[in-house]
Amino acid sequence: MSSSRPTPPSSSAITPVRSIDWRASITGGLLIFLALVVALFLDTSWDAVSTFRISRPRDVWAVGNLTVPSQWFNTIAAIALAFLGTRLFLRGGGRWTALAMGTGLVILAMAFLVWATADKAISLTGMLHATLVRAVPIALAALAGILCERVAVINIGIEGMLLAGAFAGAMFGSLMGGWAGIICAMLTGGMFGLLLAILVISYRVDQIIAGVVINLFVLGLTSYVSSQLFTEYRWLNNASPFRAFKIPVLSDIPLIGPVLFNQNLFVYGALMLVCLSTYYLFYTRMGLRARAVGEHPRAADTLGIDVIKTRYAHVIVAGMIAGFGGAWFTLGSVGRFDDNMTFGRGFIGLAAMIFGRWHPLGALAAALIFGFADSLQQKLSILNTPIPSEFLSMAPYIATIVVVAGLVGQARPPAAIGKPYVKE
Amino acid sequence: MKIELQGISKRFGLVLANQEIDLAIQPGEVLGLLGENGAGKSTLMNILSGLYQPDTGEILIDGKPVQFAGPGDSIASGIGMVHQHFMLVPVFSVVENVILGVEPTGKGDFLDLDTAREQVQQINARYGMDVPSDTLIEDLPVGIQQRVEILKVLFRSADVLILDEPTAVLTPQEVESFFAIVRALRDAGKAIVFITHKLHEIMEIADRVSVLRQGRIVGHGTPSEFSEGDLAEMMVGRPVSFSVGRTAATPGQTVLELDGVTMIEGGQDVRLSDISLNVRAGEIVGIAGVQGNGQTELVEAITGLTGLNGGSVRFLNNEITSSSVRARHAMGIAHIPEDRQRSGMVASFSVAENMVLNSYYDDPVARGVQIDWQQVHDQAAEACLKYDVRTPSVFLGAGSLSGGNQQKMVVARELERDVRLVVASQPTRGVDVGSIEYIHSQLVACRDRGNAVLIVSSELDEILDLSDRIYVMYGGRVIAEFDNHRAEDGSGGADRNQIGLAMAGIGTDDSPSDATLMGASA
Repeated sequence: MSSSRPTPPSSSAITPVRSIDWRASITGGLLIFLALVVALFLDTSWDAVSTFRISRPRDVWAVGNLTVPSQWFNTIAAIALAFLGTRLFLRGGGRWTALAMGTGLVILAMAFLVWATADKAISLTGMLHATLVRAVPIALAALAGILCERVAVINIGIEGMLLAGAFAGAMFGSLMGGWAGIICAMLTGGMFGLLLAILVISYRVDQIIAGVVINLFVLGLTSYVSSQLFTEYRWLNNASPFRAFKIPVLSDIPLIGPVLFNQNLFVYGALMLVCLSTYYLFYTRMGLRARAVGEHPRAADTLGIDVIKTRYAHVIVAGMIAGFGGAWFTLGSVGRFDDNMTFGRGFIGLAAMIFGRWHPLGALAAALIFGFADSLQQKLSILNTPIPSEFLSMAPYIATIVVVAGLVGQARPPAAIGKPYVKE
Repeated sequence: MKIELQGISKRFGLVLANQEIDLAIQPGEVLGLLGENGAGKSTLMNILSGLYQPDTGEILIDGKPVQFAGPGDSIASGIGMVHQHFMLVPVFSVVENVILGVEPTGKGDFLDLDTAREQVQQINARYGMDVPSDTLIEDLPVGIQQRVEILKVLFRSADVLILDEPTAVLTPQEVESFFAIVRALRDAGKAIVFITHKLHEIMEIADRVSVLRQGRIVGHGTPSEFSEGDLAEMMVGRPVSFSVGRTAATPGQTVLELDGVTMIEGGQDVRLSDISLNVRAGEIVGIAGVQGNGQTELVEAITGLTGLNGGSVRFLNNEITSSSVRARHAMGIAHIPEDRQRSGMVASFSVAENMVLNSYYDDPVARGVQIDWQQVHDQAAEACLKYDVRTPSVFLGAGSLSGGNQQKMVVARELERDVRLVVASQPTRGVDVGSIEYIHSQLVACRDRGNAVLIVSSELDEILDLSDRIYVMYGGRVIAEFDNHRAEDGSGGADRNQIGLAMAGIGTDDSPSDATLMGASA
């Protein structure tokens, strides 16, 4: 009758239950598949060279071009992918599964780029520049999502808020100039934020349904008004977009300078908002309270925090940020509005939010991945690769699926998400 | 700080939750507030903590009337409430939880966590609470979480602490150290309101006691003036017998046998590990343990609600490891679920409909594809009489019944059939004393008819009262087994203290004769 329980269960007593790490196995298999793709399809002649331009002719400090022997690079890439995949397959990955998958995708993207530019030249700076630009609406949409979901409101309506912002930006920007356009875009976004807040917080409408309603409503409304109004009065849809401006000295740094410090208002604004909201959510009193409202609203209520007000404020501000992000489509690029011009960037933003684990910096990183996929598609269609361009334009969406299905792992949303708060 | 409640009344719809309540709370004193579930204790305290506003009556602080528009006002006047269900954010650290709402800040709304940590540590040291500052709440045991709740209240410099059923989630040993903290707080001049329905706790900790029944104060004084019997009678409104009339068990064949049952959630989270136990015909077996140690999963494994990752379940010598829920049910396994609101009944269905949730598909209720509603109502009316379910009509929505009657309805539904094994999970949670007595007697009667009964409860008293044998679960394992056979005069039986230790996961080497701590030899 010796008894030192609790002790670990003796291994002989139970039938060994070793659960297979399916995620690692599938990821491993996928990586091996990618290695084969790189080895078999992305092959070039052994003396081909891919050239990446870094500096432009007029740069103050010029840096030489980066040249890579194409076939050598891709052979190494294939071996690296195969190694990662085999290791995951045999040993399991645990926490490292997502990291291995991410690394594998980066290697694949690099190999693809090297293959596509074999015996050609591409501007690396230009590509990174485009990545950042295209990450802006996604990052802003993700930020809006984070602000909502951190207080436990699901905002599927971000797509609609982006579209509303784009429309308002174009119209009021044409009428009253760019700055007024941005302000009106933000007000419009905020208005739809308020609408969502009223529906889901006060009237406790199902949050998914309310969001979908907003999306459909905005899509219908903007398409109708633009077809009725903009075809007749073209000057209403002809705003002058914000131009990029250089930040002195910093913009002269090779590579980093033109990428980070020669951008337009929207890029700087998005980066600032990301930093600001990180500080707000994790380092301030109000941020702590907001997160408490999203995790355990009743606890927050018993401590004298107004759950309803907090939620209203965040959803409205999120709407304004989405409105700002929407203005990027018009005032930040072409200056005119087209039907459904946001093309699901709001939903990709939600994917970036999940991938970034409800953290602004994480969401920015995720947005950059999507932005990269976006700019890759754009560059590759210029490079004249044998892949059909329709296929290439799927890139950002494929990236979304891969990222959300395979990479996220056990990200945990705020505990109270989707639940309306009812005082007893 | 002295608080007086004068003539407080509060009505919810037709229910008078509080009627004309007068109460005085003094500094340096523990006031025990005793009452059954639904007697109005929580309503009263929610009024005091500002969550509800009273319909009539007033609250006086040091003789001056005050009005609480929300919890913030109450906190500001120095009243702090420790809720029965903890109000802690699981993914926040201890410090973050403690300061939430009254955060020390620097420039630009910046959270000054360093100052906060220092202040928390000071309070910690003063009352000997020994809580780590930077651990996440979800990583702390329940007993420590409760201390965080108390820290929270003290951090707001409360002079009055309201503790709502604080011992419900604690092991007997944790209760002891918790009482030490309560005494330290009292000696520091805090006023404490201790809400409970456990009589022995009042006897042990309270300086004064008030008894609440059906929204009214029905008695108050010092605990020494009363016996436990007096208090129980005041609480229930009639004399209560404490011991269940239970003769010695005459166990027969093995009805249920679990062998090496293992359940792993999501590939890594071990919920049940190598559980082996058996229940024989004609005996009641109790599963003791602090909530959340695998009891829920054990019940799901037996009833077939969740699949296993290893081991086997046998019922009357048949392997049922992979049988469906319906098949097990048809074989004669009855299940009284732990949460009747969630899985025991459909609140929006009528009593009659709820009564046939487990038999609607078969004779005599169903005729082919059609349900014979006359039969359903007749059957329900009969069962209501037989099982003392007090409802004006079987057509009434089940959600409008009291907790006790709802539970009796569930018990009636499960026991009316021809069963061989009853799995009763928390059979009397949130139920009035009268119904508890009744349900207990039904379970014992079921045993006496030669059936096997398995009771899972986090109330150790319930387990000790009813069970012939007791298993203790801790961390997803059965870590001890006790024989609870009692002599005619009620002496003997399992040692409460030993079970308490086992519930805390502490196994001892010098196991006493009546307790078999299951070791490698088991």
